[in-house]
Amino acid sequence: MATREVISNGNELSALAAKDAGCRFFGGYPITPSSEVMHEMSDLMPEVGGVCIQMEDEIAGVAAAIGAGMAGVRTMTATSGPGISLKAENLGLAQMTEVPLVVVNVMRGGPSTGLPTRVSQGDVRQAKNPSHGDYRSITLCAGSLAECYTETVRAFNLADRFMQPVFVLLDETIGHMHGKAILPTEEEVAAGIVPRKSFDGAPEDYLPYECEADQPAVLNPMFKGYRYHFTGLHHDAKGFPTEEIETCRKLIQRLEDKVMMHTDELELNEEFMLDDMTGADGEVLIIAYGSVSLAAKEAIRHLRAAGIKAGLFRPITLWPSPAESIKKYTDLIKNVLCVELNIRQYTEEIERVSGRLDLEGLYKVNGRPISPNEIVNKVKEVF
Amino acid sequence: MAFNYDKYLRLEKMPTLWCWGCGDGVILKAFVRAIDKLNINPDDVCVVSGIGCSGRFSSYVDFNTVHTTHGRTVAFATGIKLMNPDKYVICVAGDGDALAIGGNHTIHGCRRNIDITMIIINNFIYGLTNSQTSPTTPQGMWTVSQKSGNIDPTFNATDLAIAAGASFVARETMLDPKKLEKVFVKALEHRGFAFLDIMSNCHINLGRKNKMASAMENLGWIDSITTPLKKWEALPEEEKLNVFPTGILKEDKIVREYCDMYQDVIDFHQGKRKTITQDDFAKKI
Repeated sequence: MATREVISNGNELSALAAKDAGCRFFGGYPITPSSEVMHEMSDLMPEVGGVCIQMEDEIAGVAAAIGAGMAGVRTMTATSGPGISLKAENLGLAQMTEVPLVVVNVMRGGPSTGLPTRVSQGDVRQAKNPSHGDYRSITLCAGSLAECYTETVRAFNLADRFMQPVFVLLDETIGHMHGKAILPTEEEVAAGIVPRKSFDGAPEDYLPYECEADQPAVLNPMFKGYRYHFTGLHHDAKGFPTEEIETCRKLIQRLEDKVMMHTDELELNEEFMLDDMTGADGEVLIIAYGSVSLAAKEAIRHLRAAGIKAGLFRPITLWPSPAESIKKYTDLIKNVLCVELNIRQYTEEIERVSGRLDLEGLYKVNGRPISPNEIVNKVKEVF
Repeated sequence: MAFNYDKYLRLEKMPTLWCWGCGDGVILKAFVRAIDKLNINPDDVCVVSGIGCSGRFSSYVDFNTVHTTHGRTVAFATGIKLMNPDKYVICVAGDGDALAIGGNHTIHGCRRNIDITMIIINNFIYGLTNSQTSPTTPQGMWTVSQKSGNIDPTFNATDLAIAAGASFVARETMLDPKKLEKVFVKALEHRGFAFLDIMSNCHINLGRKNKMASAMENLGWIDSITTPLKKWEALPEEEKLNVFPTGILKEDKIVREYCDMYQDVIDFHQGKRKTITQDDFAKKI
C-alpha cells in the first residue's frame, strides 16, 4: 500500500478523509470538540467545487447534509453528543429513506451540556439508537490518528454500500491529538471508492425500494429523469406512503436484515498481543476501543514486562458488535477487563454476546482520560 | 381548451387525502399551471414538503419529491439546492410547519436569500392533527388546545419574511386561482428566496368550531381579512392591524442570491478571485 506521512489532528484528518473519499457536501453547526472538522471542510470543500455550509442549528446541519445526499452526492456532518441528540429525528429519516450519510461524533462528557471540552465515550449507546423505531446503526470508532482518516473513508464506502447513515466516533482526546499519521495516498483512497448503485433502465421501470430482502434501496441522483419520492412514512417500492400490512413489515424487516445479514462486511477489530493466548490461568483480556485503547496497549506492555500475559481486543466497528469474535476470546480467557470512558455502555453488549456476567470493569466519567497506570493497577487489583 | 393536469400529477395517487372543499388542491393546481406556463422540465423540479396536510403535496406531483420531517423543508432544500444551483427547488409547508416547529429554518432561508420558492399553505390551524392552535390562528378563536379561545398573538408571516431578508415576499389566497398562478410564476422566475404566504381554508378543523363550518363560509372569512396591497396602504392605521395585504409585498432584485455568493467562495478557494469583502454586496454595514 502506497502511504504518505501527515502531521495533523484527528478532527482535521477526518475532514481530509472525507474530501479524499469524494465527499462534496458538509452541513454543520459549531460544537466543541468537533468544530475543527467544519473549519477544515470550509476550506476543503470549495477547493474541490463542493459546499460546506454552517447552518442555523444542528437539526438544519444534518437536514442539509441529507438533502445533498438525496440529490446524489457524498455528504457529511460532524458534531458532538448534544448535536446528535438534536439531529436524531432526521437521522431516523435518513435510515427510513435509505440516504447515505457520514456522521462524525467527537464525543465529550454528557449527559446534557456535560463537560464540553473534556473526553468521554458516553455516546456509544446513543450511536446504537439515536432515533426511534427499528433500524440498525453502523458505528465505527477510531483508535488512532491514522484511523480518524481510514475509518472516515471506510464510513463513506459503507454508507453507499448499505444506503444509510454511518457514524464515526472520535472523542475529544483523539480529535484534538496532534501528531504524525501514516495514511494511504489520495490515489489509493480514490481507487477504493465504491459509489452507490444506480439504476440505468427506463424511468418507468425504476422502483427504488424494490429490492432483495437483505439489500438496500437503489437511489438514483435527483434531476436525472428518474422522478421518485422520499418519505419518512412507511413506503412502497416507488417510495410512496402506504399502510399495506405486508409492505410495511417487509420494509422494516429489510432495514434490519440489510445490515444484520451482512455483518461480515462490517466487522473490523484489532487483536493486540492475543496470538499467544492459550487459555491458561493468569492470562488477561482487556477489551477497549477508541482513545482508551492507546492507554490499554501501553498498560499491556507494562503488564507483560511484569510477567502478566495480557492482550487487547479492540472492536473498530462497534455496531453491529463483533459478537463471535468477542465470544471467541471471552470463552478462551477467564480474566476479562473492560475499560471505557462511560459506565458499562459497551460492557453490557460484551456481557450479552459473551453470556458472561463476571467481567471486571474500569470506568471513568469525570472527563479525564484513563492512564496506562490505572489499567495496570486495576488488573493487579482484580485478577 | 381545458388545461391538462395529468402530465404533472401522479394519477395513481388520486384522490388526495385532503378533505372535500380543501384549498390545498386549488393551490396545487395553480402551482402546476405555473410550472407549465414557464415550460419547466419536470425533471428539473424538486418539491420538498414537511408534515401536515400540506406534507402530502409532494407525493401528488410528478417531480423529484421529498417528504421530510416536521418543519425542516428549507434545511433539506438548502442541501439539494446548493448542489444543484440551476434547478428549481420548491418548499411546501403549512403554517405550523413553517412558522412554529420550523420557524428557525424559515428565518435563515430568508436571511441567506437562497434561490428556493417557499409556499406556505396557511390555513390558520393544525388541520391534520385535529384543530390545535397554530402560530397564525387568530386570537379568540376556538382550538382544541385552547377551548376558551386562543390567547397566543398571531404571526404575520410576510412581516417575518421581509424582516428576515427574503428578497421576494408575497401573499395571496386560494380565492383567486389566477392570481395564485401569476404569483407562483413570478416567484419561480425570481432568483432568491421567494416567500409566499398562501391563505387557505380549513373549514373542517378551523371552521366547524368558529362559525364557518362550510368551505364557502371559511373562504368568506379569508376574503374579509385580506385586501390588495394598494387598498391596504390607504387604510387608517388602526384598521391595517386587522387586515392582511395581498400581492407582491417585496421584490428586491439587487440583493445577491446565496448559491451565487457561494460560487465566489469556490472561486476564492480555487485561486480565481481575491478575498470577499463588503464591496461585493449591495448592503454594507
